[in-house]
Amino acid sequence: MTFPNKPLALSVGLLTAALSVGAAQADFPEKPIQLIVPWSAGGGTDAVARQLASGLEQELGQTVNVVNRTGGAGVVGHTAMTMADPNGYTLGLVTAEITTYRHIGTAPISYEDLSPIAMINLDSAAFNVSADSGWESLDAALEDIKANPNDYTVSGSSPGAAYHLAFAGFLNQQGIDPNTVALVPSEGAAPGLQELAADGVDFVFSSLPESESMRSSGRVDTLAVFADERLEAFPDIPTSEEVTGDPWAAGTWRGLVGPEGLPDDVVARLAEATQKVYESEDFQTFMANRGFGTAWRGPDAFGEFMAEADANNAEIIDKLGLAE
Amino acid sequence: MAELQQAVAMVFAWDVLAVIVGASLFGLFIGAIPGLTATMATALLVPVTFFMEPLPAISAIVAATAMAIVAGDIPGALLRIPGTPASAAYTDEAYLMGRQGKIGQALGVNLACSVVGGIIGVGILAFFAPLVADFAIQFTSDEYFWLALLGLSCAVLVSGADALKGAISMVLGLLIAMVGMDSVSGQIRFIFGIPELMSGISILPVLIGLFAVAELLRRLPEIGRTSLPPAPHVAKPFNGVGRLMWQYKGGVARSGLLGTLIGALPGAGADIASWISYALSRKLSRTPEKFGTGHPEGLVAASSANNAALSGAYVPALVFGIPGDTITAIIIGVLMMKGVTPGPDVFTTDATLVNAIFLAFLIANLLLLPLGFLAVRGARHILSVPASVLYPLILLFCIVGAYATNNSMLDIWLMLGLGLIAYFMVENDFPIGPMILAVILGPVVESNFMRSMIKSNGELLVLFDRPIAAVLGSLAILVWLAIIGSSLWSARRARSSTVST
Repeated sequence: MTFPNKPLALSVGLLTAALSVGAAQADFPEKPIQLIVPWSAGGGTDAVARQLASGLEQELGQTVNVVNRTGGAGVVGHTAMTMADPNGYTLGLVTAEITTYRHIGTAPISYEDLSPIAMINLDSAAFNVSADSGWESLDAALEDIKANPNDYTVSGSSPGAAYHLAFAGFLNQQGIDPNTVALVPSEGAAPGLQELAADGVDFVFSSLPESESMRSSGRVDTLAVFADERLEAFPDIPTSEEVTGDPWAAGTWRGLVGPEGLPDDVVARLAEATQKVYESEDFQTFMANRGFGTAWRGPDAFGEFMAEADANNAEIIDKLGLAE
Repeated sequence: MAELQQAVAMVFAWDVLAVIVGASLFGLFIGAIPGLTATMATALLVPVTFFMEPLPAISAIVAATAMAIVAGDIPGALLRIPGTPASAAYTDEAYLMGRQGKIGQALGVNLACSVVGGIIGVGILAFFAPLVADFAIQFTSDEYFWLALLGLSCAVLVSGADALKGAISMVLGLLIAMVGMDSVSGQIRFIFGIPELMSGISILPVLIGLFAVAELLRRLPEIGRTSLPPAPHVAKPFNGVGRLMWQYKGGVARSGLLGTLIGALPGAGADIASWISYALSRKLSRTPEKFGTGHPEGLVAASSANNAALSGAYVPALVFGIPGDTITAIIIGVLMMKGVTPGPDVFTTDATLVNAIFLAFLIANLLLLPLGFLAVRGARHILSVPASVLYPLILLFCIVGAYATNNSMLDIWLMLGLGLIAYFMVENDFPIGPMILAVILGPVVESNFMRSMIKSNGELLVLFDRPIAAVLGSLAILVWLAIIGSSLWSARRARSSTVST
């Protein structure tokens, strides 16, 4: 039985880093890589990280150790990623929360402290209502929200989570004050959807795989998904853009990053290896089985994506009054 | 049906079967050693399960606990020391049977009844849990609030003789549960500037501290002494067992049902199930005077009940996410960490996994027979492992386990600190059960209360608006009245007895 030994790995890492200063990066990687996961072992992000790590091990020919640095709603792990030595031997699996911390005021870190390598997952948020709610379309629901401010409630996450911001941002885009739909916080989509089916709340935001079983058992209807185009696995569910005419793609996502200032050749080598893993059948099957959406963005596109999400969240967090 | 087929395929994978057998052997070892309980076996297993898929993880715990309960019977019959509290009810009976030269029969009956009781429990679980889930799908935060409160209250009510001590233990648990960021309001509480505490105190160091470290401390004086007498040799364990069980078939069936039911009550687990069915079978027996003299009737009843209770506890755990005993409290944590949220829709969202868990239950119970036989044969060797070797080893396991989940030194200190607190509590007759259930249920009570309040804009009476919520609420209030009434009564009785002496 082996357990990741952080202090040891770190000191070995520092020692080797000190010895190899100035050495060409051409042979990267020459020693085991540490992959920081800001969420706990056994969770969704952890599962993706472990799958990615085992793929990268084969591609890079070096051990990739997953290290869970949990706490503070992901702040601890994300901070550890930003503070690592930019040599490519300490990487992180970044999650959507990185674009919220500095706006909410939990921590000063942001995507600007990281070197994007590759985005591998995107789960678009969807707009769910109870099957007996009477709302047949997104239009009708939006009209009722406009007409009856403060009458409706929404659930599906804790305040300030990526999906909450996606939902609030959508209302904001449609000219509705997001504060007029009260958030009933829940720990994830499943309890939220249950509240929805029991008529405890009016709307729930979730990913499409998360609401699939409730949809197929006829308890929940999904009116729209916040994506650029319909999802391959759910061709019957329209995008919000089809209904409103305004493009809105938002949700939660995960990607591989290193600390700021990672050398370009290291980024390129890692991005290339990650793309091979991403395209492998193993990885795609795993993601499909666990209900994760896949989306590929290379280093530059991933950087732009995070910048855009960061700007959007700044506005919505301010509107919702979530800033501390 | 397709789900059942998938479930069969999942369970009969070699790695799952290997995990079940391995965990059974581990449970057998822990259960057979006096003082090491099924809950402790679970707490020690959890860190290992982090690195497994959901099914093998749960199967490991199911198998280890079932086996630990059975193995707990062995030192009871051989040495008159129950291996786990679940065997305590009939330890004397089994030991006296042994003194009459029927030691093989006593252990054989234990084993066979455990298997039958376990299977009855699994059957009820597999049949009723989905039905209860169908009903529970209509529950909102109002109903969950009352249900969780009811669970907490029952935990105090059944915790032991002194309800006040149970309540204090519960309040300590609630205090632990409050640390960190509140999931509803985002308030940060009691973190004392330690950022690691922001996400709360993780459940694992609490469990290991309360159940393993505390027990090690309690047994510290035994180190260096050969405390256990050598165990007698067991001959022909299954001789005449079939005839005996047939004779008391009614008792086996009744205790299986009763055990499952008691297991399903929050806070009451295998130990209470075996005490109650032992008492009931004595009451219903045609020969109550033979109880306590090495008579197999009570043995049959109680050893069926404790294994049935193990399965019963999974009904509320899977359907509501509210644990029936300390073991399922851990199971819920494990499921959540694997991305499976227990609740009524788990039977639709993860139907295959749930079916596979039921199958794993069945297999684990069937395995009791061959492995239990092995345990009876090997008991002498297990019992001769010296404490000075065993306890440091277990402490090492505890430390590695507490550290492994979060790679955090803080968790180790928490585990040791809580272990110390739990040691002083147990030494002073405070039950630990309510504390651990409060750690699990406290946030459920609070967050659902907050949700209901957000929905109703702070109107308290909304908690009685929905009919099911009103019924559950009234029940919870009744339980509190019962707790207060019983403590007043015992206080008065205590006072009058001091006066009369």
